[in-house]
Amino acid sequence: MSAGRLSRVVFGVYLTLFFVYLFAPLLVMSAATFNTSRFPTVIPWQGFTLSWFVELWRDGAMWRSVRVSIVVAFFVVLVAVPVGTAAALVLTSVHERARGVLYGFMVSPLLTPGVVVGIATLILWRQVGVGGGIFLIILAQSSFIACYVMLMVAARLQRFDRTQEEAALGLGASKFMVFRRVLLPFLRPALIAAAFLAVLQSFENYNTTLFVRGLDTPLTIFIASKVRTGLTPAVNALALAMIALTVLGALAYEIFRHRQKARATAG
Amino acid sequence: MRDLVQRFGGSLTTVFVALVLLWMVGMVLAPNLLMIDYALRPNLPPAQIGGPNDHYSLANFTYLAGEATHRAIFFKTIWASAIVTFVTLVVCYPLAFWLAQRATPAQAGLAILGLVIPFWINEVLRTLAWYILLAFRGPLNAVLLALGLISEPVRWAGDGGVLAAMTYAYILFMLFPIYNSMESLEAAQIEAARDLGAKSWRIHWRVVIPHAKAGIATGCVFTFMLAAGSYIAPSLLGSPGSRWFTEIIYNWFFEGGDWNRGAAYALVLLVLCLAVVLATLKLARVNLADVTK
Repeated sequence: MSAGRLSRVVFGVYLTLFFVYLFAPLLVMSAATFNTSRFPTVIPWQGFTLSWFVELWRDGAMWRSVRVSIVVAFFVVLVAVPVGTAAALVLTSVHERARGVLYGFMVSPLLTPGVVVGIATLILWRQVGVGGGIFLIILAQSSFIACYVMLMVAARLQRFDRTQEEAALGLGASKFMVFRRVLLPFLRPALIAAAFLAVLQSFENYNTTLFVRGLDTPLTIFIASKVRTGLTPAVNALALAMIALTVLGALAYEIFRHRQKARATAG
Repeated sequence: MRDLVQRFGGSLTTVFVALVLLWMVGMVLAPNLLMIDYALRPNLPPAQIGGPNDHYSLANFTYLAGEATHRAIFFKTIWASAIVTFVTLVVCYPLAFWLAQRATPAQAGLAILGLVIPFWINEVLRTLAWYILLAFRGPLNAVLLALGLISEPVRWAGDGGVLAAMTYAYILFMLFPIYNSMESLEAAQIEAARDLGAKSWRIHWRVVIPHAKAGIATGCVFTFMLAAGSYIAPSLLGSPGSRWFTEIIYNWFFEGGDWNRGAAYALVLLVLCLAVVLATLKLARVNLADVTK
């Protein structure tokens, strides 16, 4: 065997192992949903069942946590998208030298461990007598999710042609109209993508939420607590449903971005 | 700023600036300053707050330095996060190189799709998947037993389980920065090195790695930071012997009832992460703006 062929074989083995590592846990978790066994596993296989979906459907605590997560995600979008957009606009308009410093400040929440974001928020609001709960979850999550919005909007702003604004002003549009009718439509794709990412980040967050949740239980906290209080394949059914939703959402997002890109190069 | 007023008028500009101030001051700066304030004060019953005993000191930090278990867990968290970072780098490097330099566009597209799908799924679920896979009577032990590789089930919970799940969780944070930085490397440079007689490892060491330095530094920084600040993997897959620093912080808040000490510990974690991030970026001469791309 030549050296080139040997290295190709070695690389093939590595690549196979890599993708097995990537997918085996997810496949095992999904398959365990359909096993009759009370503990989620695939070995031994005790028979095919769909009853864990029924049990999940009847789990009131699960539905409550889904509602908490949806409410949180909704308000996180409402806070983080305007804040991030404003931040991107301010950042691109300040003087070159100030920009670096401001940028560092604005991305600092991304470089802060999630638990610290939660702790700092919890401590601040204790001063005014507000304890953990949905309100603090929204604030704490928004404080770093706004960074992602800011980055996405700023990236799009770089390609904005200012002469459009001048043309609108020249044609007699008010300054507010220029923002409303020229800049916002241009930013629309970035805003939609950012809102989507914000929902996903909010749903998936655990570290920050853990510290500010108070007595409220969003979905990720619910799942993690199930591991302690008694894990049954009903949790796998939930995982499978969430995986299906995220994969569909991700596909929709990628298709959306692809179309935007195609339109951008065409136009 | 004058630019914004000119473009959108005074009232819209006021709204923008107010939103940014609310965020930067109200949601980032104030919480962190108060956390520092908390960390420097003793934990007192409500009646004594503001009284003669309520003065600044470093007592909460010296407590951490003096408490052997917590100190050990702190250093262990750093050390283990460094191992997670290194293992993730080793696992990702060959794939990143292949994607950037060897794969056909179709192969690369397919591989990236395969990589992105698990990444979209949330971290708690990915950790749960490892919990099920690594269970004592779980599938991995069953397969290894059937293959005759082990004679009795292995308890994976502990350092091994945490390492596997964390590496899994942070693969993309490592892979994509490296891939992006390798993509701009001209294939001709590699060929030139080969024609001049360089061996494969030497090409990587002298040509590919220096070129991809920024990407490697970025990937390592993110992986280390996420690993050191992780809570879910050690809490689901750990054992009493593999406790993580974040778990100690959590206990101060919700079991020990000493928020001041908890704030001090959180501050130590924050400073550690920022120091590692900034030092690595400085060493690799990478700009913060390149990292967050």
